[in-house]
Amino acid sequence: MTTLPDTTTRKLGLVIDLDTCVGCHACVIACKGWNTENYGAPLSDEDPYGAAPSGTFLNRVHSYEVTPDAGAAQLVHFPKSCLHCDNAPCVTVCPTGASYKRVEDGIVLVNESDCIGCGLCAWACPYGAREMDAAEGVMKKCTLCVDRIHNENLPEEDRVPACVRTCPAGARHFGDLGDPTSAVSLLVKERGGMDLMPEQGTKPVNKYLPPRPRDRLDEVDVLAPLLAPVADEPGGFLGWLDRALERL
Amino acid sequence: MTHQPPIDTSPPVSDALRKTTCYMCACRCGIDVHLKGGKVAYIEGNRDHPVNRGVLCAKGSAGIMQHNAPARLRAPLKRVGPRGSGQFEEISWDEALGIACDWLDPIRKSDPSKLAFFTGRDQSQSFTSYWAQNFGTPNYAAHGGFCSVNMAAAGIYTMGGAFWEFGQPDWERTRLFILFGVAEDHDSNPIKMGLGRLKARGARVIGVNPIRTGYNAVADDWVGITPGTDGLFILSLIHVLMKSGRIDLDYLARYTNAPVLVNADPASPEHGLFLRDEGGKPLVIDRITGKLMAFDTPGARPDLSATHEADGITHRPVMHLMAERYLDAQYAPEAVAGRCGITAEKIRRIAAEIARVAFDEAITLEQEWTDFRGETHQTMVGRPVSFHAMRGISAHSNGFQTARALHVLQILLGTVEVPGGFRFKPPYPKPVSAHPTPHCKSTPDRPLDGPHLGFVRGPEDLALREDGSAARIDKAFTWENPMSAHGLMHMVISNAHAGDPYRIDTLFLYMANMAWNSSMNTARVMEMLTDTDETGDYVIPRIIYSDAYSSEMVAYADLILPDTTYLERHDCISLLDRPICEAEAAADAIRWPVVAPDRDVRGFQTVLIQLANRLKLPGFTDADGRAKYTDYADYIVNHERKPGIGPLMGFRGDGTDVGRGAPNPDQLERYIENGGFFVHHIPEAAQFYKPWNMAYQDWAVDTGLHDTPQPYLFDLYVETMRRFQLAAEGHGPRQPPDHLREQIKSTMDPLPFWYPALEETATDTAEYPIHALTQRPMAMYHSWGSQNAWLRQIHGENPLYLPTRLWEEHGFAPGDWARVTSPHGTITVPVAHMAALNPHTVWTWNAIGKRKGAWALAEDAPEATRGFLLNHLINELLPEKGDGHRWSNSDPITGQAAWFDLRVKIERTPAPAASQPAFAPLASPVGRGPARLSWRVGK
Repeated sequence: MTTLPDTTTRKLGLVIDLDTCVGCHACVIACKGWNTENYGAPLSDEDPYGAAPSGTFLNRVHSYEVTPDAGAAQLVHFPKSCLHCDNAPCVTVCPTGASYKRVEDGIVLVNESDCIGCGLCAWACPYGAREMDAAEGVMKKCTLCVDRIHNENLPEEDRVPACVRTCPAGARHFGDLGDPTSAVSLLVKERGGMDLMPEQGTKPVNKYLPPRPRDRLDEVDVLAPLLAPVADEPGGFLGWLDRALERL
Repeated sequence: MTHQPPIDTSPPVSDALRKTTCYMCACRCGIDVHLKGGKVAYIEGNRDHPVNRGVLCAKGSAGIMQHNAPARLRAPLKRVGPRGSGQFEEISWDEALGIACDWLDPIRKSDPSKLAFFTGRDQSQSFTSYWAQNFGTPNYAAHGGFCSVNMAAAGIYTMGGAFWEFGQPDWERTRLFILFGVAEDHDSNPIKMGLGRLKARGARVIGVNPIRTGYNAVADDWVGITPGTDGLFILSLIHVLMKSGRIDLDYLARYTNAPVLVNADPASPEHGLFLRDEGGKPLVIDRITGKLMAFDTPGARPDLSATHEADGITHRPVMHLMAERYLDAQYAPEAVAGRCGITAEKIRRIAAEIARVAFDEAITLEQEWTDFRGETHQTMVGRPVSFHAMRGISAHSNGFQTARALHVLQILLGTVEVPGGFRFKPPYPKPVSAHPTPHCKSTPDRPLDGPHLGFVRGPEDLALREDGSAARIDKAFTWENPMSAHGLMHMVISNAHAGDPYRIDTLFLYMANMAWNSSMNTARVMEMLTDTDETGDYVIPRIIYSDAYSSEMVAYADLILPDTTYLERHDCISLLDRPICEAEAAADAIRWPVVAPDRDVRGFQTVLIQLANRLKLPGFTDADGRAKYTDYADYIVNHERKPGIGPLMGFRGDGTDVGRGAPNPDQLERYIENGGFFVHHIPEAAQFYKPWNMAYQDWAVDTGLHDTPQPYLFDLYVETMRRFQLAAEGHGPRQPPDHLREQIKSTMDPLPFWYPALEETATDTAEYPIHALTQRPMAMYHSWGSQNAWLRQIHGENPLYLPTRLWEEHGFAPGDWARVTSPHGTITVPVAHMAALNPHTVWTWNAIGKRKGAWALAEDAPEATRGFLLNHLINELLPEKGDGHRWSNSDPITGQAAWFDLRVKIERTPAPAASQPAFAPLASPVGRGPARLSWRVGK
């Protein structure tokens, strides 16, 4: 079995804003594009033009309906990828040491040359965040674009994960969640950022910002008072109009 | 055990970076195309680009799969089997162009109207229309007639510009944003970016849409309106706001035709027309002097309330007519609530919130500016409420008046072209008077007498022949739909097949999947394309089609001219056409071949030039028949629409001229160096109040958008519409046929009103009680996405979504199927439950369903077995009325295809083997895609 580092220097991760995510899948495909061409084996697709296309994705968007007791039903878009847990069960379960958590930035990675494709890590992950690549027979997972965020061939501003760079709504944020003064940590504090399934004890680094309350126009007290008529008849309106024009 | 291996965290990203323009949808974002060894390795957004500023949607990032799709056509094709079979042989370009010219040349020399040339998702309409104009046929349009012409025409007729390409909310400053019925792929990255900015600063977003997906899912408040009633809801908001005096009187008096005087004598032949001076300028009463004067008289302060007697006729300001119309109790929230599916209380709350933000949170910019009457204002006042709308309110037969109502609401609030409100993008604002009228005079061997499409000013501008019959095959600009500014592409095949108004010889289509998802009544359209006459010839004798991919339409053409992918071609996103401007700047862009085609294909625009050169079309060849342009790139650089004005505004003359300047042979190189686009900023003092701001008007002239300043008033009251009503009442020399008089009188109202959808009035709504809609997902564009190995894993099938009420009423369970029946047809499809949905509405994703054999997919692909089209339920004609006329299922004002008027009934049914109707597989001219992709171009 594989051990986790006691601490990591930084805790790089994502903050995903569920209030803003429109569910467009831009992050899903930017991830697919970058990681097909970069770290490890390409993300392959079985039967890509056939009856049951099935490919490897490191990030997927799920959509859930929420029906409150009162008021209209809501739809929440929920992007999900590896959460780079501090207490990552996918690492400790790995029989070969292929899965590991990096000391310098906390990223959980798979060393594909040591991966035997046994799939134990995928079973251990409570989030379903790992996918076995059918063509290569190795386990694939979010690398936090380790080959972008430290890549000296990229301009400084582009050293962010592909999903963050591409997100049109600005719903994805990247930074050091181990630094309480970082922009992402402040955002988590301000917006009540949450761990996903904290009861699992995985201590995920990634955080989710919950949707703000919806449909508050239906609550009387948050509103301006209803508009009072100046006139009930067109004739009365024209009288008001004359008076109002005088005041202009 | 712990082992941290060394890894390379700085791999080379690419060995070449080329910047061009995306074409995965109509958004036209800038993209960075990374190449390795000359092959496309990765595509991301261009950070410097004005449209997307670095971000990119799922479609854009999946461009690599589109560019390499197995469905790409490889060479020109000549049909060898019967139409619709998909049996072709590959031929050379020389043979293909020869066949096309053998068909087209005799038409042009005898009767150019025998050619119908319609382009679909064409982004080069100023070019394709120029080709059609020089060919001489009146039969040209693009896809606007079935897309959003109601939106475009209502915007331009009301305020000289519309949503999307013509304008945008002031994302920086707006505090309340209300979004009506937007297809989720329209202007998609800018809207997503804008929503993100609003969210980041806590501005409120209200979504008005029967379906709570996408943008509506993140909206703070959702108004799950019943389809087709948006106009009623908006007019009720207007009612409440006017009644409470929460309207911007100063704005209305200065910048709109609210004070313009209207002939109020029902006995007068000019009843409802404006009082004008000898020069034709509308007249107002000056509030200071009480005198009658032209609306633009320097120093005038138009009076919203004064009336005027002239020659015994009372003239009343438009404002009075609006008060009469909109204060009427028929628009009270309580009167409309049931039909709209919104409580009266909620309508009142929304009105109150709009008023609160518009007037109590008004913002002021310390920016001096001078208006067209010569008055200098020390500040710019802004009302931070903005609106956006698209297909959802547009694709109804009451869509034009609904879109007009929305613009009237914006204008009453004073939120157009002000800080925090809705802002135009160059070349807009542009009044109707600065647009052409339609032209349709066709003469053998001559160009058409002017541009095809335009904006009618009255009955005199209709596209009619001497005998009163329609001059155009689509019957655009006729009494049936007088203001059809984008044509009616959805009627072309039906009319050509019926020989109504006449028969054609050749149908020439580009990028329009008319044999499948781009037609209403798809099954019947396939028959129309294959029907033969008594001699055994096809009723539509010849069909030429250009597409890059093996779409369903390919199988129905006789000659295929294969297009390139978007990474292999030149294009220009031109100010003459549909540019990429922002509210702060004019901007245009190019595409250029960032990789060379590996197939025997040519960019369609270059093929049109090659055809024009062979046909020796004027405009493309000189007096001696010599070609002016070798290809599209040559045209982009050297064509001049007017002296000094060409397709691209940047780097003209010696490379430093903007807007106006001589052609510059290095222009495309300079665009490429600049990232594939060019931006020309509007000066600070000209950023707002553009229709009336002389600093903007002068900038627009300098930039070549206009030849002279064009200030104008917003048309709350559209006098042009009243001219059509007058004709229908019997006035004037050009008279409508009697069977259309009532329709014209009732629908061409110069002030917005609401009427039920025409299909609804022609249908037994007790029998068909349910509204059925489609919308496009953010991750797919029309039919194109299904060939994309990555995107089809997101949307490979499309259930029909049912609201809780219907789900429970019919006892549906997960995995069930339903028979869905409209007055026109039946489909059998998989269903799914969705709670966040209007209780009277079902819906599905558009254009996911595919015909077996198309797009290089396997015949058992889910797109063909579980995917489906709602199109089978929609007819291009309304049900027979027994009067011998074919009534188009379109808005009677603009001809906009009324897709969203559809009414259906549903029932549970045992699951069939596949979605119904099912059609025989097409033979694929490109074979099938591979069984596995393990894509990597680098080492």
